[in-house]
This record gives sequence, C-alpha cells and structure tokens, in this order.
Amino acid sequence: MMGSGGLIVMDETTCMVDIAKFFLEFTVDESCGKCTPCRIGTKRLLEMLDKITKGQGTLEMIDEMEELCYFIKANSLCGLGQTAPNPVLSTLRYFRDEYIAHVVDHKCPAGVCKDLLEFHIDKDKCIGCGMCARKCPVSTIHPSDYIAPGKKKPAYQIDTSKCVKCGACIDNCKFGAVSKG
Amino acid sequence: MEMLNIKINGKDYSVEKNTTILEACHQFGIKVPTLCYLKDINEIGACRMCLCEVKGARGLVAACVYPIEREGTEIFTNTPQIRKYRKMNLEHLLSNHDKKCLSCPRNDNCELQKLCLEYGVDEEKFQGEETKYKEDKSTLHLVRNNNKCILCRRCVAACKNQYVSVIGANNRGFDTAISCAFDQDLDQVSCVSCGQCTVVCPTGALVERDDTAKVFEAIADPTKHVVVHTAPSIRATLGECFGMPIGSNVTGKMATALHMLGFDKVFDTNFGADLTIMEEGTEFIHRVKEGGTLPMITSCSPGWIKFCEHYYPDLIPHLSTCKSPQQMQGAMIKSYYAEKAGIDPKDIVVVSVMPCVAKKFEIKRDNQGRDGMQDNDISISTRELAKMIKTAGIQFTELEDGEFDPIMAIGSGAGTIFGASGGVMEAALRTVADILTGEDLAEFEYKEVRGMDDVKEATYNVAGIDVNVAVTSGLKNAAKLLDEIRAGKSKYHFIEVMCCPGGCINGGGQPIQPGHVRNFVDLREKRAEALYDDDRHLPFRKSHDNPEIKAIYDEYLGEPGSHKAHELLHTSYVKRKKY
Repeated sequence: MMGSGGLIVMDETTCMVDIAKFFLEFTVDESCGKCTPCRIGTKRLLEMLDKITKGQGTLEMIDEMEELCYFIKANSLCGLGQTAPNPVLSTLRYFRDEYIAHVVDHKCPAGVCKDLLEFHIDKDKCIGCGMCARKCPVSTIHPSDYIAPGKKKPAYQIDTSKCVKCGACIDNCKFGAVSKG
Repeated sequence: MEMLNIKINGKDYSVEKNTTILEACHQFGIKVPTLCYLKDINEIGACRMCLCEVKGARGLVAACVYPIEREGTEIFTNTPQIRKYRKMNLEHLLSNHDKKCLSCPRNDNCELQKLCLEYGVDEEKFQGEETKYKEDKSTLHLVRNNNKCILCRRCVAACKNQYVSVIGANNRGFDTAISCAFDQDLDQVSCVSCGQCTVVCPTGALVERDDTAKVFEAIADPTKHVVVHTAPSIRATLGECFGMPIGSNVTGKMATALHMLGFDKVFDTNFGADLTIMEEGTEFIHRVKEGGTLPMITSCSPGWIKFCEHYYPDLIPHLSTCKSPQQMQGAMIKSYYAEKAGIDPKDIVVVSVMPCVAKKFEIKRDNQGRDGMQDNDISISTRELAKMIKTAGIQFTELEDGEFDPIMAIGSGAGTIFGASGGVMEAALRTVADILTGEDLAEFEYKEVRGMDDVKEATYNVAGIDVNVAVTSGLKNAAKLLDEIRAGKSKYHFIEVMCCPGGCINGGGQPIQPGHVRNFVDLREKRAEALYDDDRHLPFRKSHDNPEIKAIYDEYLGEPGSHKAHELLHTSYVKRKKY
C-alpha cells in the first residue's frame, strides 16, 4: 500500500527501500505535529530508512522499524499518522529481501541508492573511445594500462573514490562497457 | 442519570453514561497516565499516553476524551501491548528532549520524569535529529526552554483560557514549537505575566524566573537589613511543597522557617491587605459620594492590571488607584518601619513572597517606589520559598509554630481572605459597611461573593444605598464584565477582578500539582477553605479593627486617602498596545 492506495506500476529499477523513504518523506512533511507518534515516530522511521539506504542499517534495525511502524499506526491521532507507515510495512512484507540486501550485502539491487553503488568499466568491452571520460563532470575516468585483445586503444577505468555516481558514463557509453552495482 | 454496567480490566463496575474512560478509571482507583489532558480546557487527546483498549472499537482509544456510551463496554487499561506502546511513546518524547534532569528546575516534580520511572524507559532507544532552541529569558517573570517542551499544549490552553493567547504552535510536524507569533520573545507580545502556563507545564519548559540566589545573597550581606513579607495565600499552599495535604494552613511553620532562613524581620502581607482595604474602601466611598468613575475595579492583581492596560486601555479610569498589598507593604516598610526602626531605607532589602509571578513584573513598574528605590526589591513565588527552605536544610514539617514580627505582624481575617476570589470584595464590604453605618456590624460574612463560580454577583444594602457588586476571576470571565462596561450596560458599582482562576490561591507562583491531581481535585476550593477557616479563627476580622492599622494611621499616615497616603500607597497606570 503506497500513499492513498492508487495503483503505481514500478519495475526492477525502482528500489523498494528508496520508494518507502520517498512516501515517508511526504508524511513527515505533512504531519501537523500534534500527536507524538506521528510527529516524532515518522521522523525516526525516516531516519532509520535513510540509514539503510546509506548502508548503515542492521538486521535488528529492520525489526525495530517494523515494531515502530505498528506503534505509529496504532497510536496516531488521525488518518495521516495511522497510514503513514503503510509504504514501509508493504515493502517489508513483499520485498524484505531488498531490505536485507541493503543491510547485509550493502547493495541496492535496483541500483538506486547511490551510497551503495559503484561504477565499473568492463575493460574487455571498452574500446577506449574516451566518451565517458569527456562526459564525467568530476574527471574521474582515465585510460588504464590495459588494451583488450582486438582493441587498439587502452581501456578506461574509474577512480571510485572520486566518483559522484551521476551515471553520465553509463548513459554515454555506446558499447555497454560501464556498469553499476 | 443513566447508569451503565461496564468492565474495566475484567472487573465489573457501574458508571454514569457519558463518563470518560479517564474519569471512570479515576473513580475506581486506576490511574491512566496523561500528559496533555487538562479538564475543561485542554481535552485534545494529543499526547496518546492515555490510550486504552475498548473491546470492539477500531484501534486504541484516548481515555481522556472517550465517553462510555454503551452498556457492557469492556475496557482494558493495562495490557502488555498498551504498556509497551506507552513506553515507546515516552521514549519518543525523550528522543527529542534535552534530558538534563539533574539541573532542571522541575527535577523531582516532573510529570514526564515520573512516567518514565513508572514505565521503565530506555532513554537512548530512539535517537536522531533533535530540535534545538534558545532559551527565552526576555521577561522578568518566567523562563521558557523549548528544549524541554513535549508539545502537550497545556500552556497554550491555559493562555487561551486567560483570553491572552500569546503562545501557540508555530511550524508543523517535527519542527513544531510553542512560541509567540513570528517567534518573537515573550517581552515583545502582550503577555500579562500571570504564569498560569508555568503551573500547568508538565515539564521544565516553562518555569518561573528563579530569584532565590538574590535573596540568599542579600541575607548574607551584613550591611543589609533584609525584611520579608508573605502574601495571604502562601500560608494555605506552602505545605504542599513539603508533601502536606492540599489546604493545610502553615502560617506558624512558615514564620519559623523564614526566621530560620535569616531574615531580619518577618512581616505578614495581610497587614498590607488591610491597608489596601482602608485605602480602597475609602476610595470607593469617595467615588460613590462624589460621582467618580463607576464601577470601580480592584487593582490588587498585577496580571489583571497588565491585561486591562493591554486589552482594555480605555477602561483604566475604572481601576482603583490603590497599589497592590505587596506594594503598599513594601512602601510602608521603607518609610514607616524604616523611620520607627531608625534604619536608612536604602539599606533595607524588602523581599516579598507571593503566589504570583506577575509580582516580579509589578515591583519594577514605573510609578511604584520613590527616590529611586523600589517598594519591594525582590519578589519570589511560593515555589521559590519552598526551594529556599529545602536548600537551607530546614525540616519544614517538623517546625514549631512561630509568629510574625511587629509592627506588621497582625493581619485581620479580612486580609487573609484576600487570597481567594471574592476575598477582596468581602473584606472591602466589611469595612465600607461599618464606615457608612458608623456601627460595628455583627453580620459581616458576605457569602454570596465566595466560591469558584465564573462571575458572582450580589446587591447589598449598605446604610441605605444599594451597592451592586460583582466578583470574577480568570481573565476570560473578566473580559465579559469589561465588555459590559464598554457597552455602557454594567449595573455594578464595585467589581473585584483576580487574574488567575480562583484568585491568588491558584496563582501562577503556587505549588505545582500534577495533571492527575488537578484534573480531579478542585485545588482552588481546598486552598480557599484554608483561608476562610483562618479568617474564622482570627481575633480581628475587619481591616479597620486591626490595631496595627489603627496605629499606622494615628502615627504616620493620618487618615485613609490623606495626602501622605496618596503619595505612598496609590499609583497610576499606562496604556499599552496589544502588538
């Protein structure tokens, strides 16, 4: 259940943790601040989700979050608070594996949570055209020493410590050599 | 009256229809925790501490606002789930609270702290962003620390109930904060300094400005002659701070404690109250006979005066020009007493113990005091006196009864009842009737003006003149009478207004009773009864019979309303704006 219960179609490129966070941000903003569970509870829930999307979550946190969701639902004064945790509860119910991937493997299966992503260039696919390096806004892509068999120019590589994960390299590679995960 | 058979936690009870779960539980000895609920004025069900289970109801219900309407209702107040949720609720509050309990003025008297103890919370359970606010120390009467605020909105309700409403919720969601419009400081708005918000605050977010250090400093200074005087209502409330029952009269113990604290003289403000009656009564007779502005309205309550100045400045001529008893007493200490004792008034430090935090504002008003001296130097509340007694290690409940010091030791019964709504009117009538008839009337209890009704009115025939009087307390009620005067429809000659609901016994400086007590016990009635009982047992029950009052007029002031009395005992008011 997301938001007002309208039908939303999403594919595998939408991260379920991130979408729960998105809907919760809305309710945190909209909370009037009168009752405690909604005023503080939704804020704490959002902070937990935020930690998970940054790879700082733990398995215990998932259980605590679930407990907190039921607390907010049962204790809030009005419909806003009573339904605020629904996106979290629904995603926990049907996509718990995604949450676990975030906290155990520190990976975002949908490739959305930037803090958990790393961009790589497959040096065997790279032809060394340099398009990715030209488009990189932080100049973090440079040629390597490796020339793949059958290719004329050295393959490029990404210095992940400086990468801002904008995705410009993926978008501009015509050879499918850049990947994230 | 329809009775319903219900079950609470599996036990059978019978309650009146439409009783709330909270009230029903109270009747049967079950305490349901509350943080926001204040009977009649803040029934908003917001804190969610009182949630209970009702069989068949959708979800949990707020006990404070849920009326029992059906026969056979089954209520559960103490299930594992409810206990868990209440605990989580407290843990949430703590996650955005400064948790500096040890240095908090409300340590040991904090409703949040008590509940945390009862539910065994883990104060670190929820952690995250905390809102940080700067303390508002702009006013003379209170300090607001929003870092301790739990947003129960009791203060907002108390302020609204006073028709002042200068505080409310700003922003929303997690950023909600109780503050003034546009986040102005309290001294920038038309706060009347009544302090009712400090009495209802469950935590240390709103506390009186603590002036006890100044008092201790003055006492320790050998060059200063430190004189203290205590208001009529303190004797009926101070005991509560030491665990005594509500409505205990502790006059004797209080006098002993004040002497033990090291004050050079301990006077009774009842004397000042009697003096007020002499002046105010005379002023009233003068206004009636000379055709002055009527109705005349009493001026003892500084919160009320400030309210009138802000909200009804056009009605200032109706206010009696008499200073309040506190100010009269201070003025007399620094003139009459100083002269008699042969002390330079500049070396005297007058400390007043008041049921009120607006008195802290009043002592610094213009047109009070003279020669650059304030009439009173420091004003402390009942709560601050209790704190001083505790700091000094005085075992209050075990003290022997002591006496006030002459020449301001005697207060009449008329002075003592000043502390309850209707008391000033009754005291004034006792004196006015005697003066006008020239007799010592045997019937002098004016019971129609007593009690806790919003507005009490009566007509008394005094020496052939019908005098219409009205007595009210709480500014919401005062506003009704003022609107009548403004519309030219007021039939009254004399009106008593007290700022706080019930009068000084329920003042902003009085001991704080937690919600679960004040919601079910009428503090005002119990405390007022202590004063009326005191009145019945005093040797002098009319202000003009007080021998010390006779002496001060014989030896010093001449007669009530004399030039000297006017110079020392009367004042003037200023028009103030709302914004």
